[in-house]
Order: sequence, then C-alpha cells, then structure tokens
Amino acid sequence: MLRRFDVHRATTVAEAVQLRGLFGEDAAVYAGGTELLLAMKMGIARWPHLIDVKTIAPLRQISATNDTLRIGATATHWDIERDAAVLRALPALARLEANVANVRVRAAGTLAGNLAFAEPHADPPAMLIALGARVILEGKGGPRSLAVADLITGMYETAIGADEIIVAIEIPLPAKDARAAYVKFQILERPSVGVAAVATLRDGRFSGAPTVVVGAADEVPRVVPTAQFAGADAHDAPTREAIAEAARRAVEPLADLAGGVEYKRHLVGVFTQRAIDALVTQAT
Amino acid sequence: MGRREIHLRLNGGDRRVEVEDQTLLIELVRGVGLIGTKLSCDMQVCGACTVLLDGRPVSSCTTLAIEADGKPVETIEGLADGAKLHPLQEAFIERFAFQCGYCTPGIIVTAKALLDADPEPGAERVRQWMEGNICRCTGYQTIVDAVLDAAEQLRSAR
Repeated sequence: MLRRFDVHRATTVAEAVQLRGLFGEDAAVYAGGTELLLAMKMGIARWPHLIDVKTIAPLRQISATNDTLRIGATATHWDIERDAAVLRALPALARLEANVANVRVRAAGTLAGNLAFAEPHADPPAMLIALGARVILEGKGGPRSLAVADLITGMYETAIGADEIIVAIEIPLPAKDARAAYVKFQILERPSVGVAAVATLRDGRFSGAPTVVVGAADEVPRVVPTAQFAGADAHDAPTREAIAEAARRAVEPLADLAGGVEYKRHLVGVFTQRAIDALVTQAT
Repeated sequence: MGRREIHLRLNGGDRRVEVEDQTLLIELVRGVGLIGTKLSCDMQVCGACTVLLDGRPVSSCTTLAIEADGKPVETIEGLADGAKLHPLQEAFIERFAFQCGYCTPGIIVTAKALLDADPEPGAERVRQWMEGNICRCTGYQTIVDAVLDAAEQLRSAR
C-alpha cells in the first residue's frame, strides 16, 4: 500500500528537467522503482510527485564505439546483461549485471537508478569506478559529465543537482589485453562485500598497478591504494596477501544485518584475493 | 495523473481498469479476483507476488499498476488451459515441490518466464534464475527437479 502521489510522464529530457525545477523537493525521479517504491512503502521517504523518465524513449539505448560503452539511463539490468554490445565490449559488466539482486529486480531496476539511489549495498558502483566510468547529467545549465567516484558522496547521497537527471553512463573500454573481474559475497538480494579488479597482466606480472575497488562494505566504494604493486608478480602469494591487506585497511565497514565490522573486513581481504585470482585465471 | 484508466491484456483477455497512480500491480490483480498471486514480504525479496509483465517476472508488490498499461500481464491463473494444468503445474504435483503452497504461484510463474526464454536450462541455470524465490517448507531440490521435468515435457510436446 502506497500513500497518494501523482506520476508525471516526461517525454523529453528537457521536460523532465523542467518538472524537477517545478516540483523541487516534492518530486523524485522514477524509473524502475525498485529502490524508490520500496523506500516509499517503508515510509522512509515520501514524495507527492514522481517524474517518470522511462517514457523518454531514447534513454533506453545502449551503444558502443571503439573506446566507449554508453548505457542509457533507463536501461535495466536485464537489458544490460543480455545486450550484444555489452557482452562483446565488456563481458565482466554483463556478468555483474546478471547477478544483481534477483531476476525481478533486474527486470525492472535500472543501472542509473542504482547509482542515483546510492544504496551502499550495491554491485555496480565498484566495477564502474574501477573502469573509470562517468555519468552524463542534464539540468537547467545543460549537460555535464561526472566520474562515478565523484557522484556517490555518501550513503544515499549523490552530487546530482536538484534540477538534474542522469541521462547516461559512459564507460571507457579497457585496453584489449586488460582483464576485469567482480566477485562478491551475498545473502539474499544485496551484497555484503563486492570487489572489482581491473589489470593488465604481462608474463604473470601486473603491467602498471592493478585497480582494486571495494564496494558494499563501506558507506561508499573505496579505491584501494595499489601503486606499490605496479609490476608485481600476480601469482606471488605474499603480493596477493599484501593487496588484500591494503584493501582491508582501505575500508571502514558498516556493521549491519550482513555482518559486523571485523567480519566484513575479513571478507574484504578474502574477496580481494579472489578478485585477483579471477584476473589471473581469466583468458583475455 | 491521479486516476486513470489503463488497458492491459490480463491472462490473454483485454481488460480496462481504473487505477490511481499509487495503485500497486498486486492490488490490481487481486482486486479483480486473481488471488493466486500472494503478498508475502512486501519488499521484493521473496518472490511470492511474482507476475509476468510483458513476459518478464516482476514483484507485483513493488510495481505500479500503471506500468501494465498497454502490456500483457500473466498471473498463475493464466497458465492452465481450462481444466488442463500447465506442464509446470503438473511437474510440481508430481515432484511434491510444495507443501503449504503459499510461495508456489510466484515460483511457477518465475519458472515459466525462464522456460519461455530458454527451453533447455540446466540445473545451474534454474538455480540461478530462481534464487530470488523463497520457499520455507520444502527445500529447493524438488522445485529445481520439477522445473527441469517441465522443461523436458514442454520440449517433447513441441
């Protein structure tokens, strides 16, 4: 049961931006509704107006060029996990999307909505940050681009302006010989800990430093400092343990129903090692 | 805005229903007498309220009814052909894949979406697809077995 509200179906980005300006704090942007309607049902949030952006047809497009994958704001996890361009250009993202929450959430929920809600227990942000993804926002002042790492500013907090909506996510495609992996530990529909890793390996060694980002454990995703591991042997047990230790030190885990602080910190180490394992065993 | 009339194709029949913007899809289907769809967790975790919207499984407890405008909706009541049960329903009986039965409509509807898209799923695929449907009575082995049996039945019937 939901309290009364009005849904306004925008048909263009300009109209959605205008509605944002008109209703201000009284409106929320509505796409999949998987987070928004849940929060409203639980009484955590109440908006008298919802601005539906699913009715803006071009926002559902997914396309890839030689160097960028562009995912429209209303593309659902379901769309992304089976999209030919995603499967070809970034299979690690397709795999991640195929394991978000459950099949019903994937059928309705959008990647942009996942970012906009900034629920800490989420899969995509860690991987998107590891890949250097950016969101394209549009507001009264026109479009702007913001790194996902700068978009998520806290638990349920983002840098999206009061008159802005996300129109797309742009992901620079990693180099041809780069590898990307995401591993997680999950009970029910949200991850307790998720680790994304991106690296290029040459003769078993990291070419440059590996990128490791820990998601879900902390209030925001944490980029693990890995500069010292540039050129290190990816198969070397002490190196892997040192990266795991760096990851454990990089997070301040949230204690919640998924586990306590020390337990989650332990999981962060274990899953960082597994993410490196996944890179090493992956064919390029 | 506010109140609107929507047109949907509900279990194969055209239907006009007046809903409010905040009306949930589960309120719509149960409101027209299709009470096979069950409300349980009310937070899209358990899968008991699953219906197919445009062929995709969704939690009707967390989907607005207005989303069904112009689209097909299928509930558990839409599976049987008169008195003839759907192969999934037969397989669940054959395998004793339910006890109290409360989660069963959502589980069968979710499985139907899988078999519609992928007529030859392996056991792992079934498990991964169904992991968002919770049963607190039976354990899951008989459910997976029933879905695999039904898949085989549907393939041999074609």
